[in-house]
Amino acid sequence: MSNHYVIIGSGIAGLVAAETLRKEEPKADISIVSEEPHDFYSRPGLAYFLRGDFPEKQLYVRSPEDVRKLNARRIHAKVEQILCAEHELLLADGKKVRYDRLLLATGALSVPPSFPGCELAGVVTLDGLNDTRHIIEQARRSRPAVVIGGGITALELAEGFACRGMKVNYFLRGKLYWADVLDETESKIVMERLRHEGVTIHTETQIKQALGVNGKIASVETQAGAILPCELLAVAIGVRPRSELAQKAGLTMDKGVVVNEYLQTSESDIYAAGDVAEAFDPVTKRRLRDVLWPTAIDQGKIAGANMAGRKLAYVKGIPFNVTMLTGLKVTIIGAIGGGKKNDDLITISRGESEAWRIAPNTSGTVSGQDDVNRVRMVIGERAIVGALVMGNQSWSRPLQRLIVAQSDITPIREALLGGGAESMAQLAHFYRDWEEKKAARITGT
Amino acid sequence: MAHKLAAPLQAISAPTLSLCAFDSAFDVLSQAQVVPEAANCVQCGMCSYNCPMGIDVRAHAWRGKAIRDSHCLTCSECVNRCPRGVLRFERIPLFVMK
Ligand SMILES: Cc1cc2nc3c(=O)[nH]c(=O)nc-3n(C[C@H](O)[C@H](O)[C@H](O)COP(=O)(O)OP(=O)(O)OC[C@H]3O[C@@H](n4cnc5c(N)ncnc54)[C@H](O)[C@@H]3O)c2cc1C
Ligand code: SF4
Ligand code: SF4
Repeated sequence: MSNHYVIIGSGIAGLVAAETLRKEEPKADISIVSEEPHDFYSRPGLAYFLRGDFPEKQLYVRSPEDVRKLNARRIHAKVEQILCAEHELLLADGKKVRYDRLLLATGALSVPPSFPGCELAGVVTLDGLNDTRHIIEQARRSRPAVVIGGGITALELAEGFACRGMKVNYFLRGKLYWADVLDETESKIVMERLRHEGVTIHTETQIKQALGVNGKIASVETQAGAILPCELLAVAIGVRPRSELAQKAGLTMDKGVVVNEYLQTSESDIYAAGDVAEAFDPVTKRRLRDVLWPTAIDQGKIAGANMAGRKLAYVKGIPFNVTMLTGLKVTIIGAIGGGKKNDDLITISRGESEAWRIAPNTSGTVSGQDDVNRVRMVIGERAIVGALVMGNQSWSRPLQRLIVAQSDITPIREALLGGGAESMAQLAHFYRDWEEKKAARITGT
Repeated sequence: MAHKLAAPLQAISAPTLSLCAFDSAFDVLSQAQVVPEAANCVQCGMCSYNCPMGIDVRAHAWRGKAIRDSHCLTCSECVNRCPRGVLRFERIPLFVMK
């Protein structure tokens, strides 16, 4: 009898694992158990749906034909417990599902707020499609809203509310937005543009409590004693892996579910992938968390293949993200943050990697800029270790390629550290030669 | 001819393309295609939503496939709308042209 492969979670890690299993074993028996009843959808796309850029049906990432070909059983249920010894899942309705190999792809959830009044209706977090639908229903024109938190999600919420005509107040604990990833200039550019979009930013402001009428939020009080009207309060203070199931099952845990290089947990028949997993990073020699779509895809592929009997090692790549901050494209690659603190987040937020905050063996940062178009690079002993490209994205792909390849930049290192237009001209020369040599090696010319 | 060194080259930018297209429509249009950087795609669907020809650009993007659809106008709508900079125009390598 063939194995029964069971995947908990219908996010991108679960979907890609199922697709890989299907490719590896065309006749495999695959079940996907998920609390979410929806078809497979793009979580990052929720921000654009919230803004009103496109309708909900645009979020679905696979055609009906793709889903039919996948031929996986969908079980709409919450898993309450993993019974490791019995190789069974206990579902919320009391039913049991037997598995031979199991994948935990349960993702991450927003850290819930804890200030007085946080239980009032109208206090929201953004994790999934249901949350987005609920937020859109409440985001009425001209109504006052408050956003607290940091990172990409807080900004997407503030912009989404502004696009829907709400009067938005954004509270920042410190003076700068996303201070542990952006430098001061980058942060100020984003804040200025956000103000232009109609968002009022309150720096050095913390919420004390939410005040309600008939169980619904009506205003917020700040620590300084100011009262602002508020009918929708969005909280984005970071996300935590959904690891309750793993914990109850006694799997080895750290911040997430600890996995070996084959993405196996401490129980050899249980694998983990995506936001819930904590994989080893060979570069920094520590286990780091990513809350990134590309990482979830890479891990879903490896976990799916290994469940089917392969022995593929997961090698954590250089984490990157391209995101839209106040209409400006921003690419973040590798180690860029350099260990500053961000008071607006309790833990990392979505679209982020812990690796961005580490800058190993670096000895200089170079920025080239005009008003909004900037390239910032962190230069290591032999290679560029991180970069942030804001606005004009011409440098995004070249820097991504040079950083991922750990290309030896010794010949132009001094020039790069000199900064300015000359350093970028030297880098352009260097990059062109590097690509040409690479192409020549491939074609053998 | 003067070269602008500070730009890293590689992709043909959309404005350049449309200007060239004006001069010699057939030549340039037949030489460029939309190419994705699959690893950057978050499958949001913005590209497909904005394609005037109804091409499912997303389905190409995450699979890493260039748009070889004969209906593609090389209008650059998908390239410009993609919030993740996944799509770019690239010249079709000579060996695939006659
Ligand atoms: C608004 C937003 C913006 C984002 N922006 C970016 C971005 O710019 N770039 C980027 O790289 N990433 C971004 N992300 C993050 C990215 O979407 C995630 O990293 C990725 O989706 C993780 O996939 P996953 O499969 O690990 O988990 P998820 O997609 O979270 O899927 C987990 C699934 O498991 C289910 N589940 C959990 N527990 C149980 C249980 N006990 N029983 C049954 N089912 C269960 C959940 O219901 C869910 O369906 C964003 C996310 C959001 C929400
Ligand atoms: S718009 Fe960009 S990120 Fe979104 S699906 Fe298309 S190619 Fe991918
Ligand atoms: S270039 Fe225009 S026609 Fe071609 S795929 Fe993109 S949006 Fe569609």
